[in-house]
Amino acid sequence: MRQAGRALTLAAGIAAMALTAGAAAAAGNLAARNPAASDLAPSDPITSDPVTGDPAAGEKVFKECRSCHQVGAGARNGIGPHLDKLFGRQAGSLEGFAYSLSLRRKGSQGLVWNEETLDIYLSKPQAYVPGTRMSFRGMPDEQARHDLIAYLREASAEAPAEDPTAPPSPRDEIGAIAMSIEGDPDFGEYLSNECVTCHQPSGRADGIPSIVGWPKVDFVRALFEYKTNVRSHEVMRMVTRNLGNDEIAALAAYFGSLSPQ
Amino acid sequence: MTKMTRRTFGLLSGAATFSLALPTYLRAQDRPKVVVIGGGAGGATAARYIAKDSEGAVDVTLIEANPQYTTCFFSNLYLGGFRSFQSITHSYDVLASNFGISVVTGMADAIDREAREVVMADGSRVPYDRLVVSPGIDLIWDSVPGYSEEAAEIMPHSWKAGPQTRLLKEKLDAIENGQQIVMVAPPNPYRCPPGPYERVSMFAHILSSKGYTDAKIVVLDPKSKFSKQALFQEGWEKHYPGMVEWYGPDVHGGIKGVDPSTGSVETDFDTFKGDLVNVIPAQKAGEIAQKAGLANDTGFCPIDPESMRSTMDENIFVLGDACIAGDMPKSAFSANSQAKVAAMNVRGDLTESKVFPARYANTCWSLIATDDGVKVGAQYAPTEEKIASTTSFISQTGEDSALRKATYEESLGWYAGITSDIFGRQG
Ligand SMILES: Cc1cc2nc3c(=O)[nH]c(=O)nc-3n(C[C@H](O)[C@H](O)[C@H](O)COP(=O)(O)OP(=O)(O)OC[C@H]3O[C@@H](n4cnc5c(N)ncnc54)[C@H](O)[C@@H]3O)c2cc1C
Repeated sequence: MRQAGRALTLAAGIAAMALTAGAAAAAGNLAARNPAASDLAPSDPITSDPVTGDPAAGEKVFKECRSCHQVGAGARNGIGPHLDKLFGRQAGSLEGFAYSLSLRRKGSQGLVWNEETLDIYLSKPQAYVPGTRMSFRGMPDEQARHDLIAYLREASAEAPAEDPTAPPSPRDEIGAIAMSIEGDPDFGEYLSNECVTCHQPSGRADGIPSIVGWPKVDFVRALFEYKTNVRSHEVMRMVTRNLGNDEIAALAAYFGSLSPQ
Repeated sequence: MTKMTRRTFGLLSGAATFSLALPTYLRAQDRPKVVVIGGGAGGATAARYIAKDSEGAVDVTLIEANPQYTTCFFSNLYLGGFRSFQSITHSYDVLASNFGISVVTGMADAIDREAREVVMADGSRVPYDRLVVSPGIDLIWDSVPGYSEEAAEIMPHSWKAGPQTRLLKEKLDAIENGQQIVMVAPPNPYRCPPGPYERVSMFAHILSSKGYTDAKIVVLDPKSKFSKQALFQEGWEKHYPGMVEWYGPDVHGGIKGVDPSTGSVETDFDTFKGDLVNVIPAQKAGEIAQKAGLANDTGFCPIDPESMRSTMDENIFVLGDACIAGDMPKSAFSANSQAKVAAMNVRGDLTESKVFPARYANTCWSLIATDDGVKVGAQYAPTEEKIASTTSFISQTGEDSALRKATYEESLGWYAGITSDIFGRQG
């Protein structure tokens, strides 16, 4: 595993280097700004055009992100952190959101979100921040990334909700019974044995989503969406078929209580 | 080892009957002892869960023949060039350092069930209150006449990972255009039902990526059908047209034997010559389980479906490939799932912790070609007579390539997840 991990990190480094000229330039800038971050990216700055994108097209691209991230007036933290006032924000710095250790580390080493850093990150999140909880494979299409970033530039100017850490209210009927049950985390821990063969309790997402530290409403909702075939993943449909309300509430309580490492 | 031998066991023999939610400051000798034989998918998981969940109240010893464990799962991906050998090899360091498990590298030779001691090959004895046995499989060499442990140096089985896996890889990489690979597939029951056919896919991947369109792969199967057959056959036609020929018993009429000196496999129908011959013989529970009288006449070990407890000895639990797990296939996923049920019951016996009803699951991913992954899975529940399947699914033929790619990527996540669940999170 140790070896595998190293190999992966290496691969990640190569992937990061193989990015577009724009990304390389951004990485260069980042390294220049903060020597501690120099291991993140090559240090040879290559000049390139600034990122240009179409916010209207970007709004459509954002659909892919919406199940985890809120943006705009009143945005709250969900499965992912809210994105209001994103530009200029230090990575992993929002109070009340359980980031992976890796993202917090990158933040404390000087990673700040801006057009360039978002561009690199979004192209392949696991390569730029190995160990990030964001279960997103990446967006290889440069134009789509630029559109998305342009959209975020506009939409994130809003102020977040009064208390962005407050849990959102249940969004609709789905899973309402499970939502109303106080889950037993000990029972959840037992049931989790079945989940952790694939979903790592450390919160790492190596190809299978991280499910630790989610708000209860999102966890319950996701399981019910599998149960009712709104989401189509075969393994999850099978797993949820045998889970009742008490069990779903218990799992939500247990995984919600874990923090990513 | 001698340290363990000298420990007197008499003091402890009644331990299991007391309530033992012991504080951790008690010396090791005073804690109930669990010994696990076999540090593979089943055994290492059981050791880790017992140690982790008992929070030091149980003294756990893991006996494993080898200092490192190479996973059979993903060993086909190593053959196909998708993984390094290093990346499928794991150490026991984290189990020892982070979970306080005593890892003993050595071969268990026998189980003295009367005395409740494991007898090591060097003659030392390791006492237990509860024993978990997960030795995997042993090969029935003479199930294929002419085959033997020596013959396996020429015709590798590679059904136990390690040097055999590397040997097969060397031989595979040496194949040239126009040459032929022959696989003798195993009869049921065997570990990893889709494994031989995933392996055939990886053989074909290597040959076709070198442009060896005149190389052939012949599979001689004692079974008339196999796991994920439609998916594999569709994939072989699509990615490696004309390269793979699969013959069931209705074609070859029966596998008569192999001759390592000529590299040939004789069947009723014809003799097949291979420049590489991969023989996967019939299988039985690991030798130690046979020797200890834990197996029945099927060659595998009957267990109680509720708990994984041996029906032959109430102080012993048998897991993984060695046990008779009803509808569950012999897989690492199954062994890992069974280990958690056994671990919970072992703790229930020794510390009176809560025992919940057993739940079992399995999913097996297979890679057919680059980014073309498929899977099959099921959930299981104990019934009176066996562990029975309750729901299941399988990938469909004709799925689009994006879904197949996602399935492959998911299998990488599974491998990372299950190996850290078995060996503890490394690094
Ligand atoms: C080619 C191939 C591909 C596979 N692919 C998959 C897959 O994709 N997914 C999946 O889930 N499964 C897969 N499997 C199956 C999986 O490897 C096995 O089912 C799993 O390893 C069984 O676990 P186990 O604990 O029963 O035995 P093992 O993992 O074999 O562990 C047994 C351990 O016990 C040790 N041992 C045995 N006897 C003694 C003794 N007397 N003293 C000390 N130590 C001893 C052995 O050294 C070994 O380390 C595959 C198998 C093969 C061959």
